Amino acid sequence: MWLKLGRRLGSLIIVMFLVATMVFFLTRLAPGDPAALMLGDQATAEDIARLRQVYGLDKPILVQFLLWLKEIATGNLGQSIFLQRPVIQAIAERAEPTFFLALFSVSVAALVGIPAGIASAVWRGRLVDQIVSGLAMLAANIPSFWLGLIFIQLFAVRLGWFPVAGYGEPGAPFMERILHLALPATVLGIVNSALIVRFTRASMLDVLSDDYIRTARSKGLSEARVVLRHAFGNALVPIITVVGLTAALLVGGAIVTETVFGLPGIGNLVVSAVLRRDYPVIQGALIVVAGIYVLINLLIDIIYTFVDPRVRY
Amino acid sequence: MSMNTPSLLSIQDLEIRFRTEDGEIAPVRGVTLSVAPGETLALVGESGSGKSVTSLSVMGLLPRPAGRVSGGKILFRQRSGRTVDLAALPLSDLRGLRGAEIAMVFQEPMTSLNPVLTVGEQIAESVRLHMGLGHASALKRAEEMLDLVEIPHARRRVHEYPHQMSGGMRQRVMIALAMSCNPSLLIADEPTTALDVTIQAQILALIQRLQREIGMGVLFITHNLGVVAEIADRVTVMYAGQVVETGSVGEIFRTPRHPYTNALLNCLPARARRGEDGRRVVQSIPGSIGKIGDGCAFAPRCVHATDPCGVGTVLLETEMDRSVRCLRWREIPA
Amino acid sequence: MEQSPLLLFFRRMFRRKLVLIAFLVLCVIMLMALLAPWVAPYEPTAIKVIRRLKPPGELNWLGTDEFGRDILSRIIYGARASLGIGFAVVLVSMTFGTLFGLLAGYFRSLDGLVMRVVDALMALPDILLAIFLVAVLGASAFNVVLALSIVYTPRVIRVVRASTLVIRELPFVEAARALGVSTRRILSVHILLNVASPVLVQATFIFAYAVLAEAGLSFLGAGVPPELPTWGTMIASGQQYADQAFWVVLFPGLAIVLAALSLQVVGDGLRDMLDPKLRKAL
Repeated sequence: MWLKLGRRLGSLIIVMFLVATMVFFLTRLAPGDPAALMLGDQATAEDIARLRQVYGLDKPILVQFLLWLKEIATGNLGQSIFLQRPVIQAIAERAEPTFFLALFSVSVAALVGIPAGIASAVWRGRLVDQIVSGLAMLAANIPSFWLGLIFIQLFAVRLGWFPVAGYGEPGAPFMERILHLALPATVLGIVNSALIVRFTRASMLDVLSDDYIRTARSKGLSEARVVLRHAFGNALVPIITVVGLTAALLVGGAIVTETVFGLPGIGNLVVSAVLRRDYPVIQGALIVVAGIYVLINLLIDIIYTFVDPRVRY
Repeated sequence: MSMNTPSLLSIQDLEIRFRTEDGEIAPVRGVTLSVAPGETLALVGESGSGKSVTSLSVMGLLPRPAGRVSGGKILFRQRSGRTVDLAALPLSDLRGLRGAEIAMVFQEPMTSLNPVLTVGEQIAESVRLHMGLGHASALKRAEEMLDLVEIPHARRRVHEYPHQMSGGMRQRVMIALAMSCNPSLLIADEPTTALDVTIQAQILALIQRLQREIGMGVLFITHNLGVVAEIADRVTVMYAGQVVETGSVGEIFRTPRHPYTNALLNCLPARARRGEDGRRVVQSIPGSIGKIGDGCAFAPRCVHATDPCGVGTVLLETEMDRSVRCLRWREIPA
Repeated sequence: MEQSPLLLFFRRMFRRKLVLIAFLVLCVIMLMALLAPWVAPYEPTAIKVIRRLKPPGELNWLGTDEFGRDILSRIIYGARASLGIGFAVVLVSMTFGTLFGLLAGYFRSLDGLVMRVVDALMALPDILLAIFLVAVLGASAFNVVLALSIVYTPRVIRVVRASTLVIRELPFVEAARALGVSTRRILSVHILLNVASPVLVQATFIFAYAVLAEAGLSFLGAGVPPELPTWGTMIASGQQYADQAFWVVLFPGLAIVLAALSLQVVGDGLRDMLDPKLRKAL
């Protein structure tokens, strides 16, 4: 098992290296001289040349790349052009809303998706299954920003139950934060539950036809116990995978929803950086998001060993 | 024997139907058999003859919603002395019997145990449900059961997972699980088919020993006549969803009356060596199950078949302890 | 009675009524997009200030936007860009995805590299990768297609590689190899034909994803230029009027849902038909 995790870790490092390479060289494709961009329209050619030297932009691109890799490896993601502070700091400031949004969204998605998927599998082909499968299909094809706008109109503007946008005053109590996160988390929860429903259903259907389910029934267990203990226990691995990946993808993938609800999260940071061509911020955010994705993947692998004894030994 | 001893299990004219994409089929039609307390009945037939489906219907484990019992009775005498029809029993009542009074051992030891629970937990679960024991004493009971089925180091192995055990060990666990609540009827569906020959013999000996000790009735499903000779008191032979012959193991082996039984026996190595016509009899494809046609289902393959065999319904004739479903059984030499 | 394979295909495909309905909806949407000048009641850019933000009614079935433009007409024209971009993304990602997937699945030496790159691309959420690529490449319809193709090609690679790995071990491929059939021919005829069905299914899903993603990018202002009416830009420019005129946002969104949902249902129908194991599970 340790060998497997070690090998896994190795391939994760390669993936991170490839992400960094891709991000670096693609950014260099972008039109415009980064130094000129940093100094704005008023800069003289001399100023630009000096800045290029300061940032090492006059060195060959491969040397620049290696220097940049070294910086990343030590945790330095560079300096934002517009925000006047290190990228890592800018990201850290925006981490909280994104973290809680991802956490609440994936909780909603799992709490809705897993029971619905189980019910759908147990009553396969019946009305429940048709309704659940139909709704899941619908949810997967709703643009989250549009659903967000509709929800804002309904629940914030018309009914006034929730704040329209934002994350509240700095230092606001946590309850107020939750109120601000309720609508966006519900939107993302609904949209992301679709995949969880599908995986849960498929995985449960698979397991329910296994021989040990018949054994469990032959012991006289109630159907609830057969389904929840014997079947669900075996269906967990793919379900954990999809829930974990959903959480991972929400960390950087909630861009649109964060924008709609005016949440000052990482997605919001990326959008404004894109519109202002603040490349260090974009690069840094991409590295961080990919890093979190990769770490959650590793975490999923570790969780497997607790869920499935066959992996443990 | 079954005439003078009151039956533990008595299946009468059972019919089972399955809905398929091509319409409804009846893999079991007109199965009649009985198991007395302490007796072993071997239910014999080739694959697809309906013997496994019959055994599943006793437990109410037919795949739903496709399969259902569409006719006949499955009478079972409970420990309380009351006789119930399992085919008509509400599912909640049937659950009270499953695992407690009727237990089952399946063919596939590799896949019949839950891979994410320890074997001890799986046995204890049943014990707690039916015997009302607490967690600790149920686990203790599980350990005793493992000991009973001759698994070494039961104290340690009770905490192991199925994948840590060999196929033979797992089948012992399955047997321990089935016996854990002292059932009065054990259904064993080809319990040794998936195992090595040496392990097979050990498992058979184990089942026989436990049967003697606990005194339960056993319905033993197999296609292997060698196993039948070793373990059974009586034999019921099935062909294409019907019972074609029933009798004591001695009578069946000595004087088979149905041509199909005879053909099966001729496939045994010991017999096949004796006669030239050894394997000739089992020719062409097996009888197609479920299609309710006219006449004897075995007629197309039977060397003794005449015109009358192809029409009408052939009834199961019972005389003393023997039954046979053949128009010409009196004329055909065994 | 002799049945042509095509007829049999459609008969099986549309056994489920929902799939048939979705297919018809899709046909209608595509026809409307193609025939936009003849179908749309108004010019999509015709500004009529006196009739701005009018609710749905007799003159404008789905209402008007902040410039008094007819929303129905804009949705019909918007379908051209939205579906056109989606379709282009499907073509590009199918082509490259199939190519790299075949190579990775067949030549084990390429597998490690290709799949690590795929992993790296898939370590970033779709929309984040897309917005980054558009930012780097510059916002235009062409670059949106390019960016979304880069986002979705890895999915195709995975599907094709997985199928190729299975198929290359099948007896008929080994037989072809033993008979001295060239590797290129094995790949292009024997294996390609057999990965065609999973790729086709994937195509419908990617079409749906691409329509959704394009709308998201346009909404963020990082997609096609706002002058070009797509369903995404319509919602983006309409959102500030949503308080007074909900239809400005509602109907373009419904168009997206309808198109994406139909694609998904057709894709599902296709998969159930092509995958006998899945069909049984339903």
